[in-house]
Amino acid sequence: MEPFSNAYSLETKGLNLWYGDFQALRDISARIRGGIITGLIGPSGCGKTTFLRCFNRINERYGNVSTSGEIRVLGKNIYEPDVCLQELRKSVGMVFQRPNPLPLSVYENVVFGLRIHSPWGSLPKAELDAAVEEALREVFLWDGLKDRLDTPATALQLEQQQKLCIARLLPLKPRVILMDEPCSALDAEGTKAIEDLMDSLRGRYTMLIVTHNMAQARRVTEECIYMLNGVLVEHASTEDLFLYPKDERTEAYIQGRYG
Amino acid sequence: MSQEPAMKDGNPFGETDLIRKKMRAEAAARLLFGAMAVLMVIPLLSILLYLFYKGWPILSWQFIADVPRHNMKEGGIWPAILGTIYLIFFSLCASAPIGVLAGIYLNEFARDNWFNRAVNLAVLNLAGVPSIVYALFGVGAFVLAFGFGRSILAASLTLGIMNLPVTIAATKEALSAVPRSFREACWNMGATPWQTIRTIVLPNSLSGILTGVILSVCRAAGETAPILFTGAVFFKPIEGKGLFAYGLFDQCMALSYHLLTVSTQLQGVPEALLYGTALVLICIVLVFNSVAVSIRVYLRSHQRW
Repeated sequence: MEPFSNAYSLETKGLNLWYGDFQALRDISARIRGGIITGLIGPSGCGKTTFLRCFNRINERYGNVSTSGEIRVLGKNIYEPDVCLQELRKSVGMVFQRPNPLPLSVYENVVFGLRIHSPWGSLPKAELDAAVEEALREVFLWDGLKDRLDTPATALQLEQQQKLCIARLLPLKPRVILMDEPCSALDAEGTKAIEDLMDSLRGRYTMLIVTHNMAQARRVTEECIYMLNGVLVEHASTEDLFLYPKDERTEAYIQGRYG
Repeated sequence: MSQEPAMKDGNPFGETDLIRKKMRAEAAARLLFGAMAVLMVIPLLSILLYLFYKGWPILSWQFIADVPRHNMKEGGIWPAILGTIYLIFFSLCASAPIGVLAGIYLNEFARDNWFNRAVNLAVLNLAGVPSIVYALFGVGAFVLAFGFGRSILAASLTLGIMNLPVTIAATKEALSAVPRSFREACWNMGATPWQTIRTIVLPNSLSGILTGVILSVCRAAGETAPILFTGAVFFKPIEGKGLFAYGLFDQCMALSYHLLTVSTQLQGVPEALLYGTALVLICIVLVFNSVAVSIRVYLRSHQRW
């Protein structure tokens, strides 16, 4: 995997976003470094998920959304007319709150991305097999599932489903993985497994993760962004943000006085 | 008012007057709604039983396979059965592709703008247009303007047009039943909307679409008005011509129209023959419905969510 050529994988400048008349994001300027895990924290409804969804422009699929300002992914302004959304989303993968494996077999879930991004029938079986093994190994599913790759993915345990949802992004060689509370549907053990997985992916992908779980933010992230009412309040290294918050709103939230 | 728990016989969770009142309301509601559900089944069952009872004497292989004889007073109804099947088949061919594709467009591609809202509104309203109006449209468009004449083709197209709104509605409903999270997963991997539809949405809504389409066609099988001026005929001799007795530009007999004529236009037709005809019509519809339901059951059992 090539190293991240520019220091900041994700950048926004003066980003505003409206759902109809409601302004969900206000003048957000952020620079998110490549290859590390950055956490997005803040109370419910503060715009974390909306902010996350800006980076693959999936917000546009959710109805009446308008944005202003600049969003750069890997240095490229993604609102420029020569940006192809399909290619953007190939590089910027997304993992959801509830595991959402497709109603296909485990194998087909992993190769789904390859199939939709290649001409019909151009993928030799051996290449697909190799991609499946590599991706499943990377998320620690290979040993458990290698003999039942044809089982329906929706029949797996939730933890396995969520790992599979991460695995199916990998054959597309994404540079950025967006995660929207990836553990909130899982039990403690599943959460640990996903966190371990994130840790093992650290350095190879830029990961941006929305979490409600502050302990999790402290465990897995290197930097954290604290948001409130659509405003970016503070962006610092996780240690600084939790131990020496500069903004009193951050401090109050971290101490659990609201949210 | 204080909310002291009413201790009775040392039981803190005993019934109170309020609870008893709520329970009575609960029982009444359950009874009322249940009664309506039962009421819904009664007409269907009684119609079927009554038709069976009245039509029983005439039911025979000959009644189904023979042509009408002696000015409809004897013989069978085979030409009408065959005509109805032709109409069902060709109206299906006409309405299914257009209706399903339009439904997919409206549900999957269409953005929420004035044009698509207008189209949706039109679809809803078309479903409410009386069938006799479709009949007149069929005469004007297919019989006269397109020059198909009074024919199976014109009648099928008329029925097909009449079916479109229902087909579209059924398609949209089946598509909306596919969880949004599947679509999200696809979009977020860079699948185009069409790839999403082709690989995930359609395979998982096929059972619903097929069922809806077949059911809407069955409804058309019993319609008389749309075929009255567009292709149905009182009598058409097709004796000994087998299954492919009708051509696309022929007129045909049809069960619904046959039932209308023998019961209102002719004197002295045996009662059993009328009931038998109605029974056969209902049975054809039931057979098609069962096919639809079996397809649904089969596909649902292979579905993975």
